[in-house]
Parts: sequence; structure tokens; C-alpha cells
Amino acid sequence: MADDYKGYSGKALSVLKNFNALVWSDVQITTTKGNYKGIILPRSETADPFHIVIKMPIGYNIGVAADLVTDIKIRGRKEAHYKIPEKDFPYEPNKPKVKLLGTGGTIASRLDYRTGAVIPAFSPGELYGSVPELADYCNLETEKLYGVFSENMGPDQWKGTAEAIGREIEKGVDGIVIGHGTDTMHHTAAVLSFMVQNSPIPIVMVGSQRSSDRPSSDAALNLMHSVKTAAESDIAEVMVCMFGPTSDYYGLLHRGTRVRKMHSSYRSTFRTIGDIPIAKVSKDEITPLRQDYKHRRKDRNVKINIAFEEKVSIVYYYPNMKPDIIESLIDNDYKGIVIAGTGLGHVNKPLYPALKRAHEKGISIYMTVQTLWGYVQMYVYDTGRDMMELGVIPGENMLPEVAYMKLCWALGQTTDQQKVKEIMLTSIAGEITEREPSNGYLIYQGGLPEVEEFISKYVK
Amino acid sequence: MKDFLFKPFEEMTDKDYETIGFKSGLEIHQQLLTSKKLFCRCPAGKYSERYDAEILRHMRPTLSELGEYDGTALMEFKTKKDILYRINRESVCTYEMDDTPPFLINNEALDIALQCGILFDCSIVDELHIARKQYLDGSIPTGFQRTAIFALDGKIPYKNRQIDIVQMSIEEDSCREVSDAGHLRVYRTDRLGMPLIETVTGPDMRTPFEVAEVAEICANLVRSTGNVRRGIGAAREDVNVSVEGGTRIEIKGVPKIGRIPHLTYNEAMRQWNLLRLREELHRRGITKETFDSKVGDITRIVKKAHYQPIRTATELGMVVKCVVLRKYAGLLRWQTQTDTYFSKEISDRVRVIACLTNIPNNIHSDSKGDTLTSADWQNIKRAVGATDDDTMVLVWGNEIDTEMASKEIIIRAREAIVGVPSETRQAMRDGTNGFERILPGADRMYPDTDLPPTRITEERLEKLRVNLPEQFWKREKWYRELEIPEDTIRPLSISKFAELFKSLVNEWKIEPTLAAVVLIQFPKRLKKKSVNVKILDEEMMREIFRSYRDGLLSRDGILIAMKKSIEKGNFYPELLPRQITAKELEEVISETNDELTKEKLYNNEKRKEVLLGSVMNKVRMRVEGKIVASKIN
Repeated sequence: MADDYKGYSGKALSVLKNFNALVWSDVQITTTKGNYKGIILPRSETADPFHIVIKMPIGYNIGVAADLVTDIKIRGRKEAHYKIPEKDFPYEPNKPKVKLLGTGGTIASRLDYRTGAVIPAFSPGELYGSVPELADYCNLETEKLYGVFSENMGPDQWKGTAEAIGREIEKGVDGIVIGHGTDTMHHTAAVLSFMVQNSPIPIVMVGSQRSSDRPSSDAALNLMHSVKTAAESDIAEVMVCMFGPTSDYYGLLHRGTRVRKMHSSYRSTFRTIGDIPIAKVSKDEITPLRQDYKHRRKDRNVKINIAFEEKVSIVYYYPNMKPDIIESLIDNDYKGIVIAGTGLGHVNKPLYPALKRAHEKGISIYMTVQTLWGYVQMYVYDTGRDMMELGVIPGENMLPEVAYMKLCWALGQTTDQQKVKEIMLTSIAGEITEREPSNGYLIYQGGLPEVEEFISKYVK
Repeated sequence: MKDFLFKPFEEMTDKDYETIGFKSGLEIHQQLLTSKKLFCRCPAGKYSERYDAEILRHMRPTLSELGEYDGTALMEFKTKKDILYRINRESVCTYEMDDTPPFLINNEALDIALQCGILFDCSIVDELHIARKQYLDGSIPTGFQRTAIFALDGKIPYKNRQIDIVQMSIEEDSCREVSDAGHLRVYRTDRLGMPLIETVTGPDMRTPFEVAEVAEICANLVRSTGNVRRGIGAAREDVNVSVEGGTRIEIKGVPKIGRIPHLTYNEAMRQWNLLRLREELHRRGITKETFDSKVGDITRIVKKAHYQPIRTATELGMVVKCVVLRKYAGLLRWQTQTDTYFSKEISDRVRVIACLTNIPNNIHSDSKGDTLTSADWQNIKRAVGATDDDTMVLVWGNEIDTEMASKEIIIRAREAIVGVPSETRQAMRDGTNGFERILPGADRMYPDTDLPPTRITEERLEKLRVNLPEQFWKREKWYRELEIPEDTIRPLSISKFAELFKSLVNEWKIEPTLAAVVLIQFPKRLKKKSVNVKILDEEMMREIFRSYRDGLLSRDGILIAMKKSIEKGNFYPELLPRQITAKELEEVISETNDELTKEKLYNNEKRKEVLLGSVMNKVRMRVEGKIVASKIN
């Protein structure tokens, strides 16, 4: 069986085979430099072919050089069957009904202590075993839609998730939580904001930046915040619910079309861009920061529109970009291009002929800004005006990823460029805002006395 | 059990320790001298109480593979603490705060660790695997310590036997606690992430003094590399102690070796006396099955009591509960350690687990003292239905904590039936120890999925061996043969100059005693004069000796040359005065003689000595004293 020597190759594999020492064997290994007792563990596929990994009785792992092994005595076998303890999720008739849809990610998982493999904890019973506080807020049901890493989410998963949301709303749930890997959570949040129209209930996306097998994980608190929001909040929109500060303090509810992951590893990585978040959420209360959100309703009149054109690309412009980048998209039958341009929305002149050709071929081209904050304002400089002449359409203050998702969705509905433009430039879920408040752009610059004072005064 | 009563510390003999089956082993933590931390690029060893920001975290227990909470995890979960980290930007980055994954292990630190492993005659592991060891007290913001075993199965010679070195690990240091009161614990993070090694000995020591001696040997061995940190907190011992029939108890964080004998004595006494307490409980017919207790709310009864802590509590609207321990009368006054009683075991648990941190946090009927009046006690006794055979323990605080406290009191009283509960304990200044936490289980180790394994090649070890100091006991044997002064032997054997000494004696044929005195005692003399002797390095000393060997520097001039080298930050031969010629010396002598003639000497017999002294003052470093002396005579 392939798993008998899981992960081993080369010298290590031949030594193990020689002594018939399968993975999970409890062994005594004799080598030319010492003896070791322990359980043979599976080896990571990416590790070298020279070492055998054992877990010693004190719990530590070490790698033993295979070419020094002179004997392996097998004393027994201790295979790990890791199982997450389950406890029945309590049912209380008066509590709201929340559905948790799982797509993957580390929000609800446990680490296999022996191998380091991550095992998803997902059933209500498993979740209750890990985060019993969830029962304070709701009656929870779960459904695992997918088990993929964030970066592997794609059109099929997006459509499937939107349809699942539609089904659950019709069934009468009071709120939906979607467990998702954090890397592309804002892409999914954007596309769901378009595919799910007129939701009567909160749709809350949640994940974790530190996997839930760690004592300091943000997973449990994020889950509590998101479940509370789904169960109790009055906000009937697609939102992302993640840590506000890095401290275990409160979460923020970000509008699905204005949110972005802004740090590769911080807990407080999600930020609302060009605006302020909808609300703050703690274990005890939800505090709206603004009033212009869509309110919860009793009806079930949701519209699900899963139209999606896959031949759309984002082009992140850089100085010295050659037209062949655009040409190749044209030649490969792309239907839409979102450009993340410099400044107010610019690219260099050598690209013009290619852009012109793209436009003439019927490709929809939309401009966004790689500065993330601010509007595309192509009428300010000649460059911008020239490009509008060529058919490049300013995407207002849509974030590049959001514009991308929206263009996929719009082109999925129609190929008529004019209709696409109407869809693109009509704000549906807050992706375009008419005005940018002055506190919508805040990146404090460390080192300034007033900023340092602020940081020292408030727990971050 | 054996009929033995503990004696005062000074009166205990080796034989006594043998009687009780004293066993002890060490876990020695030693910080490594690196410029950066172990898993990030923050500077190491930069301590400051100043902080720029604070971060709040909570620790949640994760379930073990058996689906059970680890004992420690459960306890920490019960305590529900807010944990606040103080951050100084100069010494802490986002890694320590668990907002950035680890960077690859610091190779400078790993090399030092491997050197130490070789010195302990360990077998070095072929491939290093980083593990996560859970700590839920918040002392590490991730909730776990990154740690890896790099060496196994070593030994050191001791008396006529050997002490086993079971394993050595390289790991990151934890935070320093600032305060822990109520439900808030505050940590300073500057020490967090500093590289250290943990060396674990076998349970091979038989008396408290042996434990201290072995700790000293281990400390000296790693210091001899010159690559470990010195000073307060740079080396800390955890001491494991057990007696026959007792439990292996770990006393954490002993900062000074000198404190080990009293601490281990007291722990041995505590275990022995807890075992005697168990016998007493059995004698009273109390077993796990017959154990009986109850809890009553007596807030109303003691509302008007004059005892201030209770009075304050009731005035603040808190509750007072009485735990009745059936047939435990008198046992809370059972001695456990020096001037310490069983009541302390209970008070500790209440403080740590129920977070009632204002001391006193309880009073009890075995030691009424100046607390409640006897009328109050009578009223309580009646209200809770206690008898003269029972002990009543009163605790107060908010409803939830007091409830938790009552439960813990019963848990701890009940554990006395079994004997010595598995715990880790903290070292107190007076040589006793107090409860720290329930002993963590083996299930708290799991692989660190953030970091790949690191191969340790034979070439790497070979390079390290070349620069390795000789084990100091081997050096000492040679020093004894050389007959250098006894008081220089140990310091020299672990000194950074030990290798220099060897080459001075073997290659340059410098007299061993002179070399030892210059390398060990001269720096001490200079230090007394507030000279910063840390600046003295091997290169400087080698050059000074070279000048001495070549006759450019007199024996008497060495100390001054050292002082000048320190002042200049380096040794230059130009620092030395030119050697005096025979003719010049004669002139100085005659000139000085004339001066002396002008002065009136009280004691003319000492004239030669005075002359010698005065001449030397003028020509020091330019000529050997004995040459001057021979000229004067």
C-alpha cells in the first residue's frame, strides 16, 4: 500500500522497507551514533530522502539519518486516529437559526498532533466541542460545500455558494455564515455581493489568520462575532467579519465590496478601503458605525444571479509595460480587461494601439487605480483623456478585484458593451460610492508623536 | 511509610536524604549570546521597561488527540485571564506578537547550541524538527513555545559516577511577568524570543547539595564556550524533586544556583509531610469514597463581622462562602514546608485558579487568630451544620470566582487523600515553594507546521568541533599538574582565556603561574579600580604576552599595559615605554639616591627598600624589578 511508507523516498524508504518498518510502527532504531525509541511518522513529501522521522516518547520529533541505521526493532504499532470530540449542539426553540456554509480555510480545523496535518472541525457537534459559546447565540446548522484553500476558489465554487445561500434563505434561516480562507475572501465577498441580490438576512464571511489549533488563534472569537452578527444583526448585506485590532477585542463588519486583505499575516488584516466599516461587533454587542446599510427583512425575496464570464483579466500596469501583454489577451479571446492603472488611472502611450484594437474587437476595458484609495479621474490629464478616446472606461472608485468580479458577472449577463457599461457603473452593493469621506483614507504613519500617543493610549 | 520526621535544614544528613529516597534532576535554561533572536531578526538582549503599545489576548485550550483537555489547559481555561502584552518597538516585532509567521531558525544560535551539545558528549540529532509546546499562561503570545531537540544521551563526570544528560533542546525564551492580579495578567515582551538551550539531566542527584553542584558544573561547561549570556536571568533552573512514594514535582525558574539546596529541601519536606498527611487522613477513615464536604453561602451571617477583609467584601456587595471539610479539623495547620502549612496549598489554588489574588483570600477554623469572633464562628458553624471534627474554610469575592474557589478548596483537600498532586511550583525567596500550575501532560507537544526540518550535517559539526573549548574538567587536571595557584584553576578552566593560556604555556613557554595570575587575577584587580575589563580580549592579551616574551615588557609592566590597552581599546607596542639602558638606569639610581640623602629618613635601615621603591616608580615598565634590585645591592 502506498501509505505504508507515506512520504518516504530514496535512502530512507529503502531502509524502512529493508526492516519492514511501516509508518506508525513503534520502534527502537540502532544507528552508528546512538539509539532512538519512538514512533515512525509519515514524512512530508517535500522533505529530503535521507531521514526517518520519529516521535519520541517525550513528544518531540527528530529526524534520524537513514544511512547510519544499522537495525530497526519493531515493538508495536500506534497509528493515530485523530478525531475531534463531538458534543451535541444544544437546541433552543427561541434562538435564531444560523447556517454555517463551509468552503475551506482554517477557521474551523484541528491539527493532527502527530503528523501536523490539519483536520477540519466542522459539524455543529465538533464546533460546539471547540467553541461552546456559539450556542449562546443561535441554533446552528452546518453544511460543507467545499474543502479548498482560499487560492483554489473559482467560478464553480462562487456560483455554488451563491446558490446555496439562495436555498438557505428560502428555507427560512435567520443568518448565514460562510467559512472561507482569508487570502481570497474579499474576492468571494465581492462576487457574492453581486450574485446575491436583495438578501433579507445577514451573510457573513469569516476566516482566521491563525489556525484554530493554536491557543492564541483568532478563529474562536471570529466565529463568535460572525455567528452573533448572522443571528442578531439588522444588517442584511454580504459582509466580512474579522478582527478590528490585532488584540482579542472586537471584530469589524466590512461591506463585501469595499473590503480588502491588507497584510500577509496580521490578524487585523481586513480593512474597509475608501470608506468606514458598517459596524463593530464584540461578544456582547453590535455597534453600527453608519446607518446606510440594508436592513433585515421578514420576506424571503432574494434574487440569485450566478451569471459569470470567465474570460476576464486584471492587468496590473507597470512602467515599461509592452503592448504584447494586451495583445495576448486579445488573441486569447478575452472578453474583458480591468486595468489597475497608476495615479488617477493611467498607462503608457505604447499601449494605446493595443487598447484601441481591444476596444474595436469588442473587449470591455475598465480602469481602476492601483493606489486602491481614490477615484479614477481620467479627464484630469491628457493621458487619461486619450485613453477614454480609445474606449477605456473609468471604473470610479471600485477596487480592482471588485471591478474584476463585477465585470465577470456583467459579461456573464450580456455581451452588449453598452449594457455592460450600465451594469458596471451602477452601484449595486456599495462598490461605487458617490463621495469619499475624509476618514475613509487613514493609514497612520508610525513615528509621528501624535500617532505614537494614539497607539500607546489605546490597546491596538 | 518510613517513620521519619524532617529536621531543620542544617541538621539533615546524606543518610537522611537516603532514607526518604530523595531524587532530583535539573532542567537548565541558558540564554545564548547571539545578536538576534531565534526566529526573527529582533535584537537579542535589549531589555527595557519602557513600552510603546499594549496588545490584549486570551488563551483558549486546544483539545489533545485523545479529545481531552490537558490538565494545565483546563486550569488556565478556568482562570479566564485577560493577558496584556507591553511592547517596545526596539526589541519586539510582529513575529513575537504572533502576527507574522516565524523566520528560519537563527544559525548563529543553533551553532552555539550544537557546540554545547558536543561539550556534554551528546549525540547530535541528524535533522532538527521544530515543535510547538503549549503554554496557556500567556507567557508566550502564540500560546506555545517553539522548541527542538538537537542533542540526546550525553553525560558529565561527577564524583565517582556520571550524571546523564537526557536531552538538550533549543528554544525561544518567554515573556517576563509584570503583574498578575484578579483576571488581568501583564507581561513585558523584551525577553520573548531570545534563543536559549534547555539541558535536562537524569534524576541522578541524591542530596540538595549535589543538585547545586551539578547545576554549577553544567553552567560552567556552557560558559566555557564564551558564547552564552551572563548576568541576572540569563541562566535559570527548573528543579525536579521527588521522595519515595511522592511525585515528580517541578520547581520552576530558580534564578540562582545558591537557592537550590533550600528549595529542594523544602520540596522534599513538603512531599514527605503530604504523605504523612495522607496517612493521617486514612487513620481518620477518610478515603476517596468517604470524603465529604459542603459549601454554604454565609454572606448574611458575617455581614456585620469586624474582620476587615470580609467586611470590605460584603460592603462591596460580594459574597462569602464557607466550605466545610468533614473530619479535617486541625489539618489545615499540618506543616508542609518550613513555617508553611497545608492551608497554603489551599490558598495558592484559590489565588491562582479562582483569581482571588488579594491575600489573605481565605480564613479557616483551624487558625482563627484575630479574624472573626468566636460568636461569629459559632453562628457559621450552626448555619452550615459543621461539627468540632470538621474544618471550615471561608472565601469571599464576586459570585463566580468565589464559587470557583469553593470548588478548588474541595478539589485540593480531596487530593490530600491521594498524596502529592502533580503540579509545577514556583520558587519563593524564603526557600519554600508555591503552587504555579497543574503539571502539563505529554499531549501538549505538536509539530510546528510553519517551519521545515533543518538538516545538521557532519561537515557543520566538524567545523564546530575545531573551535570547541576543551571540557573544563580536563583542563583542570592539567592545571593541577602545572601547579598553578589553586584559586585560579576553576576560573581559568572556564575562562575565555583558557585556550590562550594553553598556547602561552605550550608554545611560548611562559611560566604557568604568571600566565594564570595575569589572565585571571589581574583583570579582577583592574575591575576593582572600575576599569572595564570586558574590553580585554584574547588578541590584546596575546600581544601583551608577546611583548613580555620578547623582553619589551617587564613582568611589573603587564598590569599597566593591560590598563592602557583597555583605555586605548587596543594594544599597540607604542604604548610601551622604551626599555632603559644600563647606563640610564645607573643615572636614575644615583639621582634618586641624591634626592633621598636630602630627605631625612626615620629608619635608615630601610633605606635600600625606599630607594628601590622610588627608582621603580620612575622606571616601571622599562626594566625588570629584579635588575633594579641587583643594581642597588
